[in-house]
Amino acid sequence: MSEPLLSIVIVLGVLIVMLSIAAGLIWLERRLLGLWQDRYGPNRVGPFGLLQVLADVIKIFSKEDWIPPFADKTVFLLAPTIVMICVLTSFAIVPFAPGISVVDLNIGLLFFLALSSMGVYSVVLAGWSSNNKYALIGSLRAAAQMLSYEVFMGLSLMGVVLISGSFDLREIVLAQTRLWNVIPQFLGFIVFLIAGVAEVRRLPFDLPESESSLVAGYHTEYSGMKFGMFFVGEYLGVTLMSAMIVTLFFGGWLGPAPIPGVIWFAIKTFIFICFFILLRAALPRPRPDQLMSFGWKVMLPLALLNLVLTGGIMLALG
Amino acid sequence: MISILKALWRVFLHAFHKRETIQYPEQKAYLPPRWRGRIVLTRDPDGEERCVACYLCAVVCPVECISLQATEDDSGRRYPEFFRINFSRCIFCGLCEDACPTYAIQLTPDFEMAEYNRQNLVYEKEDLLISGQGKYPGYNFYRVAGLAIGGKDKGQAENELPPVDLRSLNP
Repeated sequence: MSEPLLSIVIVLGVLIVMLSIAAGLIWLERRLLGLWQDRYGPNRVGPFGLLQVLADVIKIFSKEDWIPPFADKTVFLLAPTIVMICVLTSFAIVPFAPGISVVDLNIGLLFFLALSSMGVYSVVLAGWSSNNKYALIGSLRAAAQMLSYEVFMGLSLMGVVLISGSFDLREIVLAQTRLWNVIPQFLGFIVFLIAGVAEVRRLPFDLPESESSLVAGYHTEYSGMKFGMFFVGEYLGVTLMSAMIVTLFFGGWLGPAPIPGVIWFAIKTFIFICFFILLRAALPRPRPDQLMSFGWKVMLPLALLNLVLTGGIMLALG
Repeated sequence: MISILKALWRVFLHAFHKRETIQYPEQKAYLPPRWRGRIVLTRDPDGEERCVACYLCAVVCPVECISLQATEDDSGRRYPEFFRINFSRCIFCGLCEDACPTYAIQLTPDFEMAEYNRQNLVYEKEDLLISGQGKYPGYNFYRVAGLAIGGKDKGQAENELPPVDLRSLNP
């Protein structure tokens, strides 16, 4: 196959696979939550309830697509697309296997961090343009949470960058051939995991949309497919975050020989997606002030400590 | 922090627990015999209606969903000419069953009475009457009551002495 054709196939393949994974995650999450709460979850529509996703999609498409008259129409329409675009674009730099990635950026990690910070615009603009107090409170919380967790999310990755000496995700994976980064960078892994959960606004860090206190947070006024885009964006975010954890700390596509790299990557990512769902099943939501003080007083010093220790050890070892 | 990890582990272990769900249409949940469900009118051991149309159930009903009309047959037995329960109003409180002096009206362990048409929830006497005796087998009101009806005079009921002959009582 010629070079441009191959890259088109990869681009389309990544897009389709990611969107169908995001749809499948809706089903997976409900089934896993059911499993961990000693019930079944959706198991009626189709085999194992798999067609529930299809039913949900039909339902969400047939919903009234309503824009509140008091909303800022342009921004209101634009906001849900930003989160989708940011997350889908981030998948461009994920190396799924040797030779299977959309682009091979030498600053891939920075690109990922930049796009994940762009995602906060979606939430803030959605809440602001809705002209609704609950939506505004939700988006304010989201802005505060994502800005403060962004800081040590980047810092926690600097240890990985120090060890592999590159911002290129492919180089980072190849640097883990002998030892996965999770062992020398365990502290960095923990910090990045927590920051990642906060970054994709999943429970227990879902304060921007906490149903029990803010109706639905920043997407209170959204309905139909516009709400669906926030929903899909969240699941895409979970997939992206799991993929990044696997790439940065668990050796990406690396694994024993007979199974191809893509499968290894998929298995590892799946385990982390399940872990994200387990977090939702098990943990309660903290208060906003607890969240902020935890971020600035615990996680940021930990990330800095990790950076200093890694740098010191690297220097000492030459 | 340790408690969070413990919580995660404990929730994860639930993956290997038995699921609590009863898969309803295929599996039925156990309903106790005194479950307050669909209301029936029972018959006495002879197959006659137990209801004597005393109106106590209609009076006690807090939502007034029971309506009936008393009448009498040739032998002097009272029975309802019509007996109607509007189940779209009924709250299944069971007060009618408590009030009934003849064990005629009884609540049963059955709740599957959904209808597409609201009017179909109004049950007439022929919908309510069952052929059995319900929860109190062997009870027959007219056989233990002192009321004289056709075929049973005063003093002929169970555990009832014949009426005292006033004229035979000498001072």
